[in-house]
Amino acid sequence: MFSFANFLDLPLIWYGLIVTAIFLYVILDGFDLGLGILFPFAPSERCRDRMMNSIAPFWDGNETWLVLGGGGLFAAFPLAYAIVMPALYTPVILMLLGLVFRGVAFEFRFKAAGKSRRIWDYAFHFGSLGATFMQGVILGGFVQGIAVVDRSFAGKPLDWLSAFSVMTGLALIFGYTLLGSTWLIMKTDGNTQEWARKCAAYVLIIVAGFMGLVSLSMPFVNEDIKNLWFSWPNVLLLSPMPLLSAAGALYLWRDLHSQRELRPFFLAQGLFLMNYIGLGISLWPWIVPYDVTLWQAAAAPESQSLLLIGTVIMLPVILTYTGYCYYIFRGKTSHEDAY
Amino acid sequence: MTDFLDPVVLARIQFAFTITFHIIFPSFTIGLASWLAVVEWRYLKTGKEVYQEIYRMWVKIFAVTFGMGVVSGVVMSYQFGTNWSVFSDKVGNVIGPLLGYEVLTAFFLEASFLGVMLFGWKRVSRKMHFAATVIVAFGTLLSSFWILSANSWMQTPQGYRIGEYGLFYPTDWLQVIFNPSFPFRFVHMVSAAYLTTAFVVGGIGAFYLWRKQHVRHARVMFGMAMIMAVFVAPIQPILGDLHGLNTLEHQPVKVAAMEGLWDTQKGAPLKLFGWPDQEQEKTLYAIEIPKLSSLILTHNLDGEVKGLKEWPREDRPPVALVFWAFRIMVAIGVMMALTGLVAVVLYFRKKLFQTRWFQVWCMALTPAGFIAVLTGWFVTEIGRQPYIVYEVLRTSDTVSPVVGPNIALSLLAFIITYVFVFGAGSYYIIRLIGKGPDSADNAYGDHGIKVPALVTNLGTPTGGNEHV
Repeated sequence: MFSFANFLDLPLIWYGLIVTAIFLYVILDGFDLGLGILFPFAPSERCRDRMMNSIAPFWDGNETWLVLGGGGLFAAFPLAYAIVMPALYTPVILMLLGLVFRGVAFEFRFKAAGKSRRIWDYAFHFGSLGATFMQGVILGGFVQGIAVVDRSFAGKPLDWLSAFSVMTGLALIFGYTLLGSTWLIMKTDGNTQEWARKCAAYVLIIVAGFMGLVSLSMPFVNEDIKNLWFSWPNVLLLSPMPLLSAAGALYLWRDLHSQRELRPFFLAQGLFLMNYIGLGISLWPWIVPYDVTLWQAAAAPESQSLLLIGTVIMLPVILTYTGYCYYIFRGKTSHEDAY
Repeated sequence: MTDFLDPVVLARIQFAFTITFHIIFPSFTIGLASWLAVVEWRYLKTGKEVYQEIYRMWVKIFAVTFGMGVVSGVVMSYQFGTNWSVFSDKVGNVIGPLLGYEVLTAFFLEASFLGVMLFGWKRVSRKMHFAATVIVAFGTLLSSFWILSANSWMQTPQGYRIGEYGLFYPTDWLQVIFNPSFPFRFVHMVSAAYLTTAFVVGGIGAFYLWRKQHVRHARVMFGMAMIMAVFVAPIQPILGDLHGLNTLEHQPVKVAAMEGLWDTQKGAPLKLFGWPDQEQEKTLYAIEIPKLSSLILTHNLDGEVKGLKEWPREDRPPVALVFWAFRIMVAIGVMMALTGLVAVVLYFRKKLFQTRWFQVWCMALTPAGFIAVLTGWFVTEIGRQPYIVYEVLRTSDTVSPVVGPNIALSLLAFIITYVFVFGAGSYYIIRLIGKGPDSADNAYGDHGIKVPALVTNLGTPTGGNEHV
């Protein structure tokens, strides 16, 4: 049996890969879901058609990163997968059901005529909204920590529910809406773009508020996180993170009041990246906070090695053809008379 | 009450429900993707519009089905953790990487190129579009390869050892991936998927012929479906028989349940029908053909076949379900093979496209493939019980620490959602069939959008802005 464990820190590599997959999911499906949240507020039916067209070729590929996140966690850290899923049972199931409604809406809406189209408009909106809120709740429930006894979840069914997890749920709704509206600025023009610009500016204020709120409440969730961020010299070493976030938010604010079309989207993604890195630093090295480390939960080195070969070969291929698909459908989404 | 909310029972019902719904879609899209690739290839080769029009009609149905397959599949990738966390912890080392390979090699491929297949018409060259179709078809087969390998390992586990905490560790990957039942299950399932698609396409072709609608298209659909019925339908029982012999070698108790055989017997009869009673340990009201079971299973009239009583009660699967599911599957397989036979006769009498009763017969068989696939899976999955990994790990020992009412509620939510969503999906598919291939419409793979889907300012005239 081959294994690279002698010369590679396999758990660390896999941690990096899964964290990356989840991040790619967040920023890619994030704009799809954000667009779904904005959907009923669009100024016209034509505008809605256009919004949906702008992501129809991509959503499926974007959602696949979530499958890779789940499947990868199962393969590389089975213990973490086995503890986290039962602990977050209800929000995970509700997220999946939300994604079912969101996903089928793409196909059904184009096939439906007259009044029944309304059903899929709402399925798309509430599916996106519910899935997003639950993803935020999952994040909050995860950060709060999970009770573990003997390789198994040992808490109560509603452990995940708290003011903190509801807050992260709401925060993610606005975060994804920011991604969705900046995506629209990039992919549309005219009315739709103008409206998206306004939305993005409002949402940015709320997002900035939530960023502050979540960042400030994190240290109260766990003593270690407090010590990590507020001890000397960490305060200094980690200061670029909040400073860069603030600068990014300011730049984004300025861009939203100018004619820039591309940069807002990438700045919004940058904000997500900063928050994500901050979160990663806070939770290090836990894979089930605050009980199981990434090394404790790692799959057998043989298993991690086998899948690593496939990943090293396939990941660049996947990124290449994903890029190619975005390239094929580049430019502005066609005008509202798409039918 | 406590029985009703038993987490093991509820988790099993939930998994059975979500996987049963899910498998319907892939068993159709695996075949449909390959068939669409053939149709597009015929179009590129012959330039005949009829192929393009057929492609355009069916790619819409493919899109709806594939969409439902994706959303129900995402659910599956989390069900292992939410409902079977102990299983995930114990065997994650072995089957985790197989599922990981499925995502890496197949899911991304399918998802990305599906976009090109649906929306890429007029944005990429014809050849590139054809390549996208072929890639999606290839992706569906790769996906089947990995998931069936993982499932087969649970049926016939090998290449592992059990270590600390009862965790499974791989010792030989080739033995894990190519475990004894995998080649048989893979071939049997892929040809089942192809037949499922063939009978759907053939049934709808027959429907158009019967109504004398879209006759040009209907002849192609019906004709191509009958080619499959003639050449693949008769092979399927042979593949099934080989698979069955493999099961006899590795999971004899499953075969005993399929046969409804309780006592070990030399020259065992084949029970055509009957009611296996788990309590009384016999098959009631059985109609039997003497010695046939021995002949089929051992290729010898007096061969010995092991009965269920060889195993303790607690190690036997629910016999009646396995027994009946198996008979339904076989009956459909026989009907499919018969269809092929009749098609050959009618073809040589030059009446293949005119025989009314045969059109009705084919219309009636439209859902046959789905029923056969589902009952076949019931046989193999229920027949594996009470084990989740055959003879090594019991299903009841692997459930998540989630309370019963929680699973009951989520099960209810799944049932309501799936019935509503997939009911609507079926309705839209039926409507697409009702509309038929619309030759007046020049868009292609347009996904319901008349003007080529996205983007206007690329310098290509799409006519998008003029019609506001």
